[in-house]
Amino acid sequence: MSDNKGDEKPVESKVDQEEKRVGVFVCECGVNIGGVVNTKAVAEYIGTLPGVKVTSVNKFTCSDSGQADIQAKIKEHNLNRVVVAACSPKTHEPTFRACIEEMGLNQYFLEFVNIRDHCSWIHMWEKEKATEKAKDLIRMGTERAKLLEPLQASEVPVTDKALVIGAGVAGMQSALDLADMGFQVYLVEKEPSIGGRMARFDKVFPTNDCSICILGPKMVEVARNKNIKIMSYSEVKAVDGYVGNFNVKIEHKPRYLDVAKCTGCAKCSEVCPVEVPYDFNEGFGTRKAIYVPFPQAVPLRALIDKENCINCKACAKACQSGAINYDMQTSYTDLNVGVIIGAVGFKTYDPEPRHDFGYGLYDNIITAMEFERLLNAAGPTGGHVVRPSDCKEPIRVGFVNCVGSRDKATNIYCSGVCCMYTIKNAQLLKEKRPETDHTVMYIDIRTPFRAYEESYNRSRNLGVKFLRGRPVEVKEDPVTKNIKVRVEDTLAGEMRNLEFDLLVLATGIVPNEGIGQIQQLLKLSKAADGLLMEAHPKLKPVDTTIDGVFLAGCASGPKDIPYAVSQGSACAGRATILLKNKKAITEGITAVVDPDVCVGCNVCIPMCPFQAIKFDEKAGKANVVKALCKGCGTCVAACPTGALEQSHFKNNQILAQVKNVFKFQEVAV
Amino acid sequence: MSAEAATDTKTNDWEPKIVAFCCNWCSYGGADSAGMGRFQQPASARIIRVMCSGRIDPLHVFNAFLEGADAVLVTGCHIGDCHYVNGNDKTKIKYKYLENVAHELGIEKERLQLNWISASEGEKFANFIRDVTAQIKKLGPSPLKPEGVA
Ligand SMILES: Cc1cc2nc3c(=O)[nH]c(=O)nc-3n(C[C@H](O)[C@H](O)[C@H](O)COP(=O)(O)OP(=O)(O)OC[C@H]3O[C@@H](n4cnc5c(N)ncnc54)[C@H](O)[C@@H]3O)c2cc1C
Ligand code: SF4
Ligand code: SF4
Ligand code: FES
Repeated sequence: MSDNKGDEKPVESKVDQEEKRVGVFVCECGVNIGGVVNTKAVAEYIGTLPGVKVTSVNKFTCSDSGQADIQAKIKEHNLNRVVVAACSPKTHEPTFRACIEEMGLNQYFLEFVNIRDHCSWIHMWEKEKATEKAKDLIRMGTERAKLLEPLQASEVPVTDKALVIGAGVAGMQSALDLADMGFQVYLVEKEPSIGGRMARFDKVFPTNDCSICILGPKMVEVARNKNIKIMSYSEVKAVDGYVGNFNVKIEHKPRYLDVAKCTGCAKCSEVCPVEVPYDFNEGFGTRKAIYVPFPQAVPLRALIDKENCINCKACAKACQSGAINYDMQTSYTDLNVGVIIGAVGFKTYDPEPRHDFGYGLYDNIITAMEFERLLNAAGPTGGHVVRPSDCKEPIRVGFVNCVGSRDKATNIYCSGVCCMYTIKNAQLLKEKRPETDHTVMYIDIRTPFRAYEESYNRSRNLGVKFLRGRPVEVKEDPVTKNIKVRVEDTLAGEMRNLEFDLLVLATGIVPNEGIGQIQQLLKLSKAADGLLMEAHPKLKPVDTTIDGVFLAGCASGPKDIPYAVSQGSACAGRATILLKNKKAITEGITAVVDPDVCVGCNVCIPMCPFQAIKFDEKAGKANVVKALCKGCGTCVAACPTGALEQSHFKNNQILAQVKNVFKFQEVAV
Repeated sequence: MSAEAATDTKTNDWEPKIVAFCCNWCSYGGADSAGMGRFQQPASARIIRVMCSGRIDPLHVFNAFLEGADAVLVTGCHIGDCHYVNGNDKTKIKYKYLENVAHELGIEKERLQLNWISASEGEKFANFIRDVTAQIKKLGPSPLKPEGVA
């Protein structure tokens, strides 16, 4: 067996000489495949290929009975290669690898052919062509299968520490859960305080409890937890490594004061002469150049906004703790963590550039976020909703739903929360000032979860009017500054001309500025809405395609608070599997150098983004460090001598597919 | 190939054979998303999955042409999004070389195409296959196609 090859690769040479006994399992996926592709004809044809000992058609190959069929046929026909022609390997390859492994076959002896997503689903009305294509694809897979070689997946150790990026309600929940399970957590937040969006709301639907009253204690809990290290006013600058062992560089922006000395008393703000629009209040009112972000901020520490500071040094004199340090520099921390949770949230759609519904043109049109701040007792007006043109309290208030959502010109998706927060906001103002009159202009009202429909009914009972229709024209009365809206009442089938003292736009959820950077650092994909993409929309909603990286909250699609919090906990749970086991399984696919063929030209070395190829000075040959190699195969394509091969994607394995696109052709080992 | 055979195969019935190399993380996912979104496409493409577009070797591309491919597609993640940092940067450079060789061999430029498609861009994937198929139908079968290969 292995004698003629000496001591090299004994396993592979044994396998090379073994007769290839292939079983091909064609899945109908109910009618998903079976309704288009003639699976019987396909199986019959594939059965004629040399080496194919058995073919089988299953209604659902992934079901218990489907897998039992594979296992029975492996035994009965002594199969040593298995081809499954079904859906996508991206979702189902692990299932079938495990299935054949249970029968003692190496898991890499599985070849997965996609005849659903890449065939029946995209050729729904071309049954014959789809059937021919399925034959081609499975023939390609079968010939590749014959050349597959055994590999061992490797185990890597997992550092039992976690990084959570973004300290909104979702990220805080992840951090708390992980910390309570005993793991060290680094919670990185780019703003000077944790809390995220929820810290700005007045009340939260559906029960209208005071937002900061429920969030504040959670923020304090995060700060008190000994296992959580908050890194506020900080951002992730670099990430490398892989599951279990990520090396992360965190940048700390200078606050220009020593947080250890600052007590958050805000004496400094009192003396600071500079006033700028207050970002936390959506630009309403002002703050100083040195300021504490908001009264419940965690950490409750001041910071200097250097862009606006005039360097008068008044604050340094006022600070009794001597905390001010104008020369503070950006600093960095290097972390090593086993898992990363991305909870970077969202921003609201900005109607300014397009002047949607007159926003930015007329004073008395504001966004819902601005309305939230006006409504808030701790907000710029002490909880009095006033209109910007004359600071008078409005009587007639109009709400426009789906601004920047469900609209081909902006975003086609539904932001999910705007119906509910509009219902909430109208209700809150109506309760505060019963003399007010509210009209919500909507496309559809969506209230899917517990107590949501009840909240909608409550608004109606309070007298909030709901008008189905989108404004077609919005104008300002130049004298009164009132807003005149022309809207079609699509239920009554008539045009209505309405006049409001204030118009509020329900702006949707869109990706925030930094999302592209986070996507690239973590090597994630973006979904069509521009937010980050999960590994599977249904079955792996908080996992990503990168092992050890998870997503929670609005970072991966619009969500309300309960949903964001659930995802925060879900991430902690998923991450704990790795953190507690202290090990992760990684793919066995790597590059391998054949020293007999390598001429030591070093072409491959700079190709590798992971510095996995080292030059062995003594032998004068390249050598792949398996623990570092991620198995991309880029070096392999660059090697001029063919000394480098990528296991599981060897040249002959790929060529077997290429050649069999056209007709049956056996490819040599 | 004779002139009339060429015109014959240019009729709408002829389905070109296109070999599409896709990276596991982005463009293969894009092809999956096309399926999930039921974006219908001509049944011309045969996808070969590699882990990264950087793995695509001139050997694979020109073998596909020699075997009878009417077009070969090199696809991967958008620049900056490669799962392995920058494998696609190297693909981009290598692609220039592929283009030159293809030109030398008399292969029209429509027959070799490079595209970056993310895992969510199902519609883009489908449109790409549709566009390339239409272009190739106009050109007819590849000049390198061996006798007897459809
Ligand atoms: C006007 C309005 C009213 C709403 N009212 C309600 C309501 O009443 N009830 C309800 O259930 N839901 C409501 N929602 C929805 C609610 O806001 C979200 O469900 C919730 O905020 C999601 O939390 P999150 O943690 O995912 O995101 P966020 O709250 O956005 O938190 C994300 C955090 O990550 C930080 N961050 C972002 N990028 C980075 C980075 N690169 N590095 C480090 N940190 C970063 C941000 O600064 C932020 O602190 C409302 C939404 C809007 C727009
Ligand atoms: S490119 Fe190939 S031949 Fe050159 S050093 Fe690397 S493995 Fe050896
Ligand atoms: S396969 Fe990729 S990761 Fe592995 S050594 Fe080659 S270039 Fe580096
Ligand atoms: S992984 Fe897609 S191009 Fe590298």
